[in-house]
Order: sequence, then structure tokens, then C-alpha cells
Amino acid sequence: MSTPGYTSNLNSTYGVNPTQNGAAALHHHPHPPHPPLQPQQRNGPDPTHPAMYPASSYYSGLPQQGYPSGPAQGLPAPGKAPLMNADYSGNYYHKTHSQPGAPPGPYPPPPTSQTPTQPPSTTNPPVSGAPQYLPQSYQQPVPYSMSANYYGQHYSATSQGQPVQQQYHQLHHPHQQQQQQQQQPNLVPASSGTTLGTPLYPIVSYPSAPGSSQYGTLRSSQAPAGPPPIPNMMPPPTQNALQQQQQQQQQQPQQQHQYPHGNGPTPTPTQQGYGAPPLHQTATVNGQSNAGQQHYDQTPPAPVGPQYGSAAPSPGALDGGSRPPSGAPSAHSSPGHQQGGDSSSTTTGSASPVPNSYESLEGGSYPGPSSVPPTNDASKQAPPFGYNYPTMPPAYQQNPAPRPDTTASQGGYNAPGYQPYSQPFPSLSQLSAALGGLSGVPELEVEALRPVNLLQERSILPPSPPAPPEPNLSSDLRKVNCSPDTFRCTLSCIPQTQALLNKARLPLGLLLHPFRDLTQLPVITSNTIVRCRSCRTYINPFVSFLDQRRWKCNLCYRVNDVPDEFMYNPVTRSYGEPHKRPEVQNSTVEFIASSDYMLRPPQPAVYLFVMDVSHNAIETGYLNVLCQSLLENLEKLPGDSRTRVGFLTFDSTIHFYNLQEGLSQPQMLVVSDINDVFIPTPDSLLVNLKESMELVKDLLSSLPGMFMSTRETHSALGPALQAAYKLMSATGGRVSVFQTQLPTLGAGMLQSREDPNQRSSNKTVQHLGPATDFYKKLALDCSGQQIGVDLFLLSSQYADMASLACMSKYSAGSVFYYQAFHHHHNQAQKVKLHKDLQRYLTRKIGFEAVMRIRCTKGLSIHTFHGNFFVRSTDLLSLANVNPDSGFAVQMSIDESLADTSLACFQAALLYTSSKGKRRIRVHTLCLPVVSQLSDVFAGADVQAITCLLANMAIDRSISSSLSDARDALVNAVVDSLEAFRSNGSNLQPAGLIAPAALRLFPLYVLALLKQKALRTGVSTRLDERLFSMCEFKSQPLRQVMRMVHPDLYRIDNLTEQGALHLNERVVPQPPLLQLTAEKLSREGAFVMDCGSVLFLWVGKCCNEVFIRDVLGCPNYASIPPNMTEIPELETAASERSRAFVSWLQESRAFPAAFYILKDDPSSKSNFFQHLVEDRSESAFSYYEFLLHVQQQMSK
Amino acid sequence: MAFTFAAFCYMLTLVLCAALIFFVIWQIIAFDELRTDFKNPIDQSNPTRALVVPEYSIHGLFCLMFMCAGEWVTLGLNIPLLFYHLWRFFHRPADGSEVMYDPVSVMNADILNYCQKESWCKLGFYLLSFFYYLYSMVYALVSF
Repeated sequence: MSTPGYTSNLNSTYGVNPTQNGAAALHHHPHPPHPPLQPQQRNGPDPTHPAMYPASSYYSGLPQQGYPSGPAQGLPAPGKAPLMNADYSGNYYHKTHSQPGAPPGPYPPPPTSQTPTQPPSTTNPPVSGAPQYLPQSYQQPVPYSMSANYYGQHYSATSQGQPVQQQYHQLHHPHQQQQQQQQQPNLVPASSGTTLGTPLYPIVSYPSAPGSSQYGTLRSSQAPAGPPPIPNMMPPPTQNALQQQQQQQQQQPQQQHQYPHGNGPTPTPTQQGYGAPPLHQTATVNGQSNAGQQHYDQTPPAPVGPQYGSAAPSPGALDGGSRPPSGAPSAHSSPGHQQGGDSSSTTTGSASPVPNSYESLEGGSYPGPSSVPPTNDASKQAPPFGYNYPTMPPAYQQNPAPRPDTTASQGGYNAPGYQPYSQPFPSLSQLSAALGGLSGVPELEVEALRPVNLLQERSILPPSPPAPPEPNLSSDLRKVNCSPDTFRCTLSCIPQTQALLNKARLPLGLLLHPFRDLTQLPVITSNTIVRCRSCRTYINPFVSFLDQRRWKCNLCYRVNDVPDEFMYNPVTRSYGEPHKRPEVQNSTVEFIASSDYMLRPPQPAVYLFVMDVSHNAIETGYLNVLCQSLLENLEKLPGDSRTRVGFLTFDSTIHFYNLQEGLSQPQMLVVSDINDVFIPTPDSLLVNLKESMELVKDLLSSLPGMFMSTRETHSALGPALQAAYKLMSATGGRVSVFQTQLPTLGAGMLQSREDPNQRSSNKTVQHLGPATDFYKKLALDCSGQQIGVDLFLLSSQYADMASLACMSKYSAGSVFYYQAFHHHHNQAQKVKLHKDLQRYLTRKIGFEAVMRIRCTKGLSIHTFHGNFFVRSTDLLSLANVNPDSGFAVQMSIDESLADTSLACFQAALLYTSSKGKRRIRVHTLCLPVVSQLSDVFAGADVQAITCLLANMAIDRSISSSLSDARDALVNAVVDSLEAFRSNGSNLQPAGLIAPAALRLFPLYVLALLKQKALRTGVSTRLDERLFSMCEFKSQPLRQVMRMVHPDLYRIDNLTEQGALHLNERVVPQPPLLQLTAEKLSREGAFVMDCGSVLFLWVGKCCNEVFIRDVLGCPNYASIPPNMTEIPELETAASERSRAFVSWLQESRAFPAAFYILKDDPSSKSNFFQHLVEDRSESAFSYYEFLLHVQQQMSK
Repeated sequence: MAFTFAAFCYMLTLVLCAALIFFVIWQIIAFDELRTDFKNPIDQSNPTRALVVPEYSIHGLFCLMFMCAGEWVTLGLNIPLLFYHLWRFFHRPADGSEVMYDPVSVMNADILNYCQKESWCKLGFYLLSFFYYLYSMVYALVSF
């Protein structure tokens, strides 16, 4: 029987109801929700957020399937109108929503006989044959049957006109409900084998206790008897203190009973649930929680799956059902891989298990997390920032964990992980921070404001990458604040007025990395997502509770009611402590959204690969690498049993591949009419991956050979993209385009615009903008249909990146560029492509995403930077969201913030996970507001400022000119230093004075001016320049900083001193060197980390021992010229070097290409161009630049 | 009383000027809707863009007619706007067909502010010139 798909949908759709029912009963407000309530409900929140209108209108066809809180109850409307509507194309929803409701009958899988059966070699299918297939164009049996499966009940309910009654009915008659499931076996995907738990546990669970009813369903038998609820999320000591503090403020003594009760039994690092069932259930049911548990549970017994809400076993079982059988095993059999897929939604969806478990699964890029205790894992992966951990020296502050609770819980299981690293380099700021609380802050500020004479202080570079400044907040707030890796502001003290900001001459903006892989993330399943009624802000740690029942929004200051449901704290299972809910304890949380947040049922993950197979493409040999990577990673593509894939190749014609299940081999269908592209057979080109796995594998293994002898040199990229768009528009998804040359045929054809003689011109660079708006329009269409386009450009010739990149830029895709890719001549590139694809194919992905950034009243968003489409003043539409893209936002201060002391920013990312769950990830950042110019300077975050300036400069260079942009960058330095000088009175007039917080600013700006994107006078290919620009705009801060100012280390004398101890690995920590040839020596070997490239530069007279022990060559002369890795030797030096290099590699999403360079002229330029402090033929040295700035200032 | 070519020009421009005023009001509303989140930039920009070329050509027609009619003062008043229009038209983004109001950049606060201000200024200009044309028309009709 098992009807896995169905059960899971039951969970998602009906899970709400018990609560609703319970809540209603609880409050004696039995409110039979009528559909007529809808308009009224909408009107509540809407006026302030008119953007929601379209959505609600789309919903009109949908029954309100039980929004738990009707206005009658006086609860804040939970989300009647989804705050973020992924879809703006009006008819979109209608299209899809009407279909699932229909009986599956009308959309039978078309008989295979209809598909043209042609041998793969045949070309030119009869164009006249096309109409024959067109009528089917929207029949997609697989997805629709699935969605009927998911949503069918809703729709049928609607048609009956009494949706809610029916739900109630079902609630009270579980058997009937189960019967219903079984009545629809035909709707269920054939994944029955996977539901481990379904038969074991009844699907429907009833509210067993008033409390549990608020948080989804606990099994009635389990609820009272379950292990004492143990707050995993906010575990032991510090947090405890914090909570108690809050309790005292709130004067709710009775909670004191509860908390110890909850906390007592948890000295062990378990994942406790919120309303948790014993683990073994979760474990059995939900295979992946095992994987997750491994990381955390070092003490085998006592495991409890953390559960925030919706109840224990059933959802687990349900989720288990919806997962592809192959997916789960692979997910935890290879945790070291970047298991992009949402194992997440499964695990977490089931009950927000080990908030960590899935993230450590997906945190992916770092080998072997499964055996690593979480802390180590975290500190290993984390980029070295984190003001959450003030006691740690910057080099080791690497926990990306968004939840400062980790810090708080150091006394608990986290402590051992951190402490070893917290000793080595105590500096003033860390010490003062370690002193804790507010007392440390003034010292920090003094330090940050210490005037530095840049002309005299030569070595301004700290020995380890600089940490972001800590906002001057009370320690409570600081602990819960968002991780700087996720959310960072250029000024960690927000100036009170625009005038003050103008005086400081620093840009105000945010840098976001909202979807990055996290090691720990509280996932909350709750029926009511508590949000401000006027501005729709999600409740967050920085709101204030006026009393038990009211909270004040920290962004718009509206006073809201606390809904009844929120009064219950799933952590302690006690009632009446809303301020202890996980939402209020963590600044990064993820909600499982209800159907209020959907415009249409979650679509399956759909991946389409569009590949250039022209002669030029075959020459490069990329197809082999691609098909190989695909074959390796097919099973790891994030998705569930509904995942679909398709392939499309093109040269001067477009080739489709029919992979319908049941065929003996893939069929190639060729469409040669590129002026009017049509889809030859609409339903068998995107196939269910699981069902057609064999055919897909067949195709992938034969594809590289198929075009070996092609003589076709043209490339009809535009028509191929149009075809892809048509193919994907029903579901949305991801299109990966592989292109190796300039498109020369059909729509979107381009001409070469680059004049090689102008590459190194000092004059203005032309053609930075797109040549045609074809790609932009296509991207906007794609974005409207939720299709993200990723571009892999592997061209050795000019391919007009400026135009092509538009297809990714506006559809929220990513751009990859492999200059002069050749499988044979360019091994390093080949390796890099292979590794990149590995990450690309398996990384997490979110579909149909929108991100809204809200900020405290008075602040407003001015400009966005990144890959997306801006849909309204604060809303970004992201067809796909990936964990490796960053965003930047410029802000302005519209109204004075004088009446507030804190400014908050909230980024909410609503997306559909690859498992078909709608989720909302919310990050909240809180910063102090200051009225003094000196405070503004003290809080300046020089790295964030640099990144934001880079984004602004790139916009400027495209809209105006490169030289304008460069001047603007220099002016930014001049202006800010001038502002500081005129502000301070105690400065000596001589020299170039900068506050310590900004002492690296001139260096970074100089480095920016020497980047490929912005440099002049050095020969730079237009495509490389444009790609560099794309990277600046879409990479997260950490990666951008590495590109701007590479890290240089000397590695021939690595020692264990001050090394990091990770997971039985010792990672030496050599100090950072300044980027000047002066720091290089012929006797040494140096590693330079430039973000996407790592260089190991070996000096001429390098220590023979190093060459022998590490490089495995007898002497310098015998080092081969094309080494791309450090050989695995059994010597200590080799181990240290490899540990260090792999540690560097792990700190980024896409492994960097590794080059070993000898000190000879041929490889010199590659390496030396990154030494930004040195003079180059066309650019200043650092010292000259300082003099230049000084000169400008004195003008 | 003379129904001269100039008088005819003024009558025609009066009508067209009313049309221009409506165009501009439409633009103002459109940008306001964008700012207040009512509309999606794609939906909004397409019609807005569609009005740009008609507006420019109508205004160009004014100038042409006034030149033919020898109404140098009126022409002089319109010349600055004509040049502004030409400048905007020829400084559009390099990717061709789209004149302005690019949906991907219109949400940029600077650009939106600029567009709004531009629309208000044009509204003022067209309103004033409407009355000026009215006056001139009557003047041309009654004078000998």
C-alpha cells in the first residue's frame, strides 16, 4: 500500500488542522472557517503591503484550508497574504492550479507511439509533425499527478464548496482519511518502498494536549510520556542565564520551574526536540536523522530528535515517504560531499531534527564532517569572522553558526571545540571583548579610532584576516545577533541621520549571504508564523515584549498581540513564555511555511542542461568532463522522487532527447527551424530522473562521442534558450547552459565587439554593457516563470560575456567562466571544471524564491547588487537561489533615527526546497544607532565597505565609464579620510591619518583598482573583465575579499606553533604577509590564496628539504612546470603543507584551481599581478597611492 | 480674424498637448505605483516605455510645426525640451531597442527618483505650455 507521496502531502496540508481545531477548542471559539472570511482576512495586513494583492487574488481559487487564526480569534493574521509572492505573472497560478484539481484522467501519459521514433542519428524530424504533438504541450503527467497527489484534496474540497468542513471531518475520522489515501493509489508515485515509517505510525495525529495542539501534533500516547523536553537550541549555561534574565524582566516566575525541568537532563549534547519523541523513532523513520545524529551525539544514549513542532513520528514517516529511496542513502552515505540536496527538508521538515543534522549534511564542501564533532566542524569550515565569539582571536573565530547560542552554550558541548583555539593571539580588542559586556566596548572604540599615520606605519596588515568590527551592543543582544558571515553592515554603528552619514562619507549598505550552508539552523514548524501586522516583519530576538500578550515590532514599532499558539514554548513545553521561543532566541531561523506562502503547489526540482556541441565545443572536450560529472552526481542532484531532468544540445540546430521511460535507448529529436522553435514532444523531454535513470545514463555516456565528427561551427544559443524556456516554463527550475563561443545564429546572435588592440588601453573601455537586450528579456521571462539560468562559458575567443551574462544576472543564476578551456592543454582548468561541477550539481538549491529585506522605519533600501530581478522597493525575485551567491544593498536614511537606539534589518528568504517544501529563512541583524561622527568611524567595517564600493564602482563603470568609476573609488578614500581628519582635532597635521578601523581602506581600494574588473593599462580581455565584474556582484563577501586582497603565506617553514587542531588534523597557521615582492624571498615557498585560484610559488633557492619533502622532487630544477597539486608524501612537512592547503580549500564553496609556479619569467606575471602593494607599469604602488591620496586631500 | 497656419498649429498642438499631459500623468501614476509596490516593474515598464517614443515624436512634431509656422518664440520655448529628448533618446543603454525605463534598473532608487522628478517637471511644462498655446491660438485668431 504505502502511499508515501500521499501521506506526506497529508502532513503538509492537513498538519495545520489539528492545531486549528485544538486552538479553537481551547478558546471556545469554534470558528468554522468559511471561505467568505477570506476578503476580510486579507484586508488586515494588506493595506500596508499592497504587493500582496496579486497573490491573494491568485488564491481566490483556493479554499482557505484552515488558517488557524481567523480574525475572530483576535490573533494576528498569520499570513493570509503571503508577504512574498514568488510569482508575479498573473495567470501563472491559475494555469497550474486548475490542473491538479482535475482528475488525472484527462492527462494520461501520452502513448509512446506518438513520440517520433527516430534513430539518434536522424536529423530533421518533419516540422509538419509538430502540430501533432502540440496539443499535449501542457500535459505533464508526472508532475500533475504528483501535484494532484499533493493538493488534490484541497481542490476537490473547494469544488465541494465546504473545504473546511471536510477537513474537520477528516480530522475526526482518521480512518476515513487513511481510506482516502488508499483510494488514490494511482496518484502516488511509485516510491512506496521508501516509506519506512508510514505503516508503523498512524498518519493522523490528534491534539493530545492543549499545548501540543499548538505545535502540531504529538502522538497522544507519546505526548505526556516523552522524555522531558530539552532545549537543544538554547542549551546550557549562558543561555540559561540570559533566559533567566529575561524571565526576571518579564516577571514570570513560574517559568523557572519549567526551564530547569527542561534543561536538567541535558548535559549530553543531544538534539532535543521541541515536543520531541524518542529518537529511535525518528531515526528509524527518517533515515537521515541518523546521519545527523552522528555528528552530534557523541554520547550514544539519550538521543532525541529535536522537534519544534509538528509532531513526532508521523511527519517523519511522511517525509521519509516523499524522499526518493536513492536520495536518502546517498545523502548520508556521503556526508562529506556537498550534499546540496535538502536532505534538509526531509529531516528538518519532519520535525526540525537536529537542527544541525541536515546542515552538516549539506554543509557539504568540507570533507568528513560526519566524524567531526560539530564544533570542530564549524570552526573548520567557518570563514574566520565572527564577532559572536569575542573571546576568540580572529583567526579562529570561525564558527559560521548563525546562532549565537552556540557561544552561549560553550559551557556545554561546544566548549571543548573552541577553547584550544581561543588562546594563541590575544589582542587588545579580544581581551577587552573577553572582559565582556559593555565595559569592553569603549576600549574597542578607542582602538578603532586610534589615528594611524598610514605613511609611517608600514605593516598595517594584521597577522590573520581582519575580523569584522563588533557592534556596540549590550552583550545580550550581541550574543543573539546574526552572524557577520550571513549579514553584515558596512557601518556597524548606524548614523542617526543622513546628514551624519554624509559627513562620514562612507557608504551605508548591507552585505548578505542569505542562503549559505549553515552548520546549525533552528527549523521551526509552527502553524502560525508570528509576524508584525503592519510591516509583516517576522518575530525576532530584537522585538520587545510589552507584557505576556503583546510584543512591539522592532522595525515599525507597532504593538502586536502574541497569538495563543506562540504562548506555548516548545522548548520547555510550558505555556506563557513567548520570549523563549526559538524564534525569539535565534536571529537566523527557518520556518516551514504553510500553503499561505505558496502561489502554487511546490514544483518538483527540474534541471535542464543545455550544451553547445558545435565543432568548437567538441574541440575543447568539455562534454566529457560534464557528462562524467553528471554521471557521478546524478543521484546526488538535490531533489526528491519527483526530480526531473532534461538535456538539450545545439549547434546550428537544436537537438532534444526523448528519455521517456520504456524506450530502449534515448531518442534524439532535431529541430532545425531555429527561427520558430517548437518543442517536438512536450512530455518526454523532461523526465523523472528516477524512472528514466538508465536512459539518462545511456545518453550521458554516449553524448561525448555522438558529435565527434561534427563539422558544424555555428552556434544557435538564442533559439536553444528559447526552447529551454518553453520546455521549463510550466514548472520552473534550473537551466545550465554550456557555451563555448559567440552565438552566431538565430535570435540573440552577437558580433565580436572586442578590439584586441584596446585591451590594455588607458582610455575608457568600451562595450561593458550588453549588445542586445535579447538575453535580458529572456532572463526576465525566465525569472517570471521561476527558471534560473546558469551560464558556463568555456570560450577561448571573445564570447561577449557582457551580453551573455545577462541571462544569469536577471534570472538569479550564476556565471562560471573558464578562459581557454581545453581538456588536454589546460589540465588545471579541467580539474577545476570537474570540481566545480561536483559542487554545482550537488549543492543545495531553492526554487521560486523571493527575498525581502526590511529595515527599521527611517531606513530605506536604495540600490541592490547581485543576481536577481528587483520586483519592488524591497523585494528581490530569485528564480533559483544557491548557497554561494551573495547580495549587496545600499541604504539611505530617510528619516532621523533619533528616537531609537537600535536599527534592525531583516532579510527573509522564501523558497521551495528541492524536496518540495516551502521554507522561509529569516536573518535579523541589529545594530546600534549613534549620533557621533567618531562612533560612525569606529564602527566602520572596512571589508564590507570595500565590497560595497566595488559593487558601486562596477555599476558606475557600466552606466558611465571605467575611469569615472576609478575616480570615484579614489574619491571615496579621499573623502572619508578627509572627513575623519576634519572631525578629529587632536591630530598632528603631517602625514595621512586614518582611524584604525579604516587603516586598510586605502590598501583595499588600491587593490580594487588593480582588479581585472577595474584596472586599466594592463592587457585584460573584455570577457575576463566582465566575468570579474560578475563575480564581484554575486560572490559573498569572504570570497570577494580574497579576490581583492589575496592572502599570502610563507609555507616552507610551517610550524605547529599556534596551529589549529581540527578533527585530528593539525592545520598550521602562518601569518599573513603583505602583498609585496619584498616579502617574497628566493629561499622560500609561498602560497597565495586569490579566491578562485591558489598559487604555490617556489623561489629559486628554495630550501631543498622543502622541495624534496613537500614537492617530491630532488631539486628546484626538476620541479615539473605544470604541477597542480601537492603530492601525498609521508613526511611531516608534506602533511603540514597539505593540511594547510586543504584547509584553505575548504573555506570556500568551489575549490580553487591550484598552480605550482616556479620562479621563472613565464609564470611570473600571473603571480605578481596579485602583489597589489607593488608598483606596476600602469598603476601606483601602495606608497605612491597614499601620496596621491594625500595630495588629493590637500587640494 | 484670420485663420492662419499658425492658428491651425496652435489648435492642433492644443489637442496634442492635452494628450501629452495625459501621458505624463500616466507616467507619474506608474512610477508612484512602482514606488508603493503596487506593480511589478515588468508590467509597469512595458506600457511606460511604449509611451516614450510617441511622446517624443509628438513633441518633435510641435517643434516642426512651429518652425514651419514661423512661431520662433514658441519654438524657442520648446527647443530645450527637444534637445533633452534627443539626448535621452540617444543616450539610452547600448542594448538597443529599449529607450528607457528598463525594468531591471528602474527600481534603483536613484533612477526612480529621477524618473519621477522628470515626469513632474514635464507635467508642469506641458501644463504651462497648454495655456500658452491657448493664449497664442486666440491671439493668432483675433489678430490681423
